[in-house]
Amino acid sequence: MKRSNEPVFWGMFGAGGMVAALFTPIAILITGLLVPMGIIPGEQFSYERLLAFSQHWLGAAVIWIVISLPLWLCMHRLYHTLHDFGIHAGNLVKALFYGVAFAGSIACATLLLLGLV
Amino acid sequence: MTDSIKIDILRYRPESDNEPVWQSYDVPFTNEMSLLEALAYIKDELDPTLSYRWSCRMAICGSCGMMVNGVPKLGCKTFLRDYKNGMKVEALANFPIERDLVVDMSDFIEKLEAIKPYIINDNPRALEDGCHTQSPKQMAQYKQFSMCINCGLCYAACPQYGLDKSFTGPAALALLHRYNQDSRDAGKAERMKIVNAEEGAWGCTFVGYCSKVCPKDVDPAAAIQLGKVDSAKDYVIAMFKPGE
Amino acid sequence: MSKRKPYERKMGATWWLKNTFHTKYIIREGSSLVIAIYSFVLLFGLFRLSQGAEAFNGWVEAMSQPGWIVFHLLSLAWTLYHSITWFSLAPKAANIWLGQKRVPDSWIVSGMYGALAVISLAGLILVLI
Repeated sequence: MKRSNEPVFWGMFGAGGMVAALFTPIAILITGLLVPMGIIPGEQFSYERLLAFSQHWLGAAVIWIVISLPLWLCMHRLYHTLHDFGIHAGNLVKALFYGVAFAGSIACATLLLLGLV
Repeated sequence: MTDSIKIDILRYRPESDNEPVWQSYDVPFTNEMSLLEALAYIKDELDPTLSYRWSCRMAICGSCGMMVNGVPKLGCKTFLRDYKNGMKVEALANFPIERDLVVDMSDFIEKLEAIKPYIINDNPRALEDGCHTQSPKQMAQYKQFSMCINCGLCYAACPQYGLDKSFTGPAALALLHRYNQDSRDAGKAERMKIVNAEEGAWGCTFVGYCSKVCPKDVDPAAAIQLGKVDSAKDYVIAMFKPGE
Repeated sequence: MSKRKPYERKMGATWWLKNTFHTKYIIREGSSLVIAIYSFVLLFGLFRLSQGAEAFNGWVEAMSQPGWIVFHLLSLAWTLYHSITWFSLAPKAANIWLGQKRVPDSWIVSGMYGALAVISLAGLILVLI
């Protein structure tokens, strides 16, 4: 039997799953519900505050983790769900799925790093 | 006062049937009656052509696995009183039906053999060295995974095995983990070749149903996840030892 | 001559609808759909942030459209389902010992619910102060 390279993706999946379970609910609650519905006043979520947060290295790290890592959870699961639905995708589709997570992570890091410098 | 219960059984007689067909039986109901006893009643009193496997009648031989209302169960550990609205009984899922409730388990047996389910040690302890000692912790690492009775319910519960028969599957991987964790064993390196493969631990997506249906409370899902952790460590070590 | 003629049952594409445990498994995996979309919504917000105040305010404005509110309500519920299932399964991949006894799964599960509470509270405090 051939050694699988799954440990790499499983590691990212595990990290992403943990972040999605612990951080994503409150993130959705704030950015998707409390702020848009006006329960949290707009000035608490203003351009200036968010910019300052994203330009602090710790804030940037939090944003990167919350945006990027869950993508690895999701693309991993969606790829395996294809198999569950009887679609036995090849390496090209696999590269495409994990490529989305990779591209999202790089795009997020680039935006944050451009803000930091 | 004789209550009765309706039992639908998926019949398959290879000499006459091209595909399985449902057949209905009315069985007298008593509170203590197990499904296995009901099948015996059907065979003795109603229809001697019905085929099913059984032996111990007490959940240790692992012969009487079958689907009851779509859930893998041991016939001897399933009671009519819990199915007052009737039951639909079918051969264990994910295995080919040989006849009626009898399945062909040879693929499962081959997988059990392939994981080398025995203690491997090139330097066995000599008699004069005395007996092996294990701490409670060393024993607890493998004990629950050694309780498997090879009934195959976990294979019937596992969609990954159903979708791809090359997957080593829950019971075999749990037994593999049981020997890998045994402090008397030195065969881990050999068995890791199976764990590390797509057909090994990585064929599992942690559905978790295998552990839920196990009649002996073995937790194959946990064994496989711990196998993944082992395999991930093995993967990192292998990166630093190219050519192996 | 062998009289054997083993019959193979097909699983079909709807196998996961035939058993509640399997249905819940697919619902669990399905949370990936909304979590992935949410990540890209945030990524787009970050992109708008990098383009200046007007662009960012436009993104915040857009988030108050009913469609997005509904999406976020659905996402929150589905992500919490992910959290619950993740917490209940995670201890199985952990083999943590205290002396000669294995740390009970319930301790790890409670620890993760505690972490969810602390992180959620910290997030609220961070945005409100």
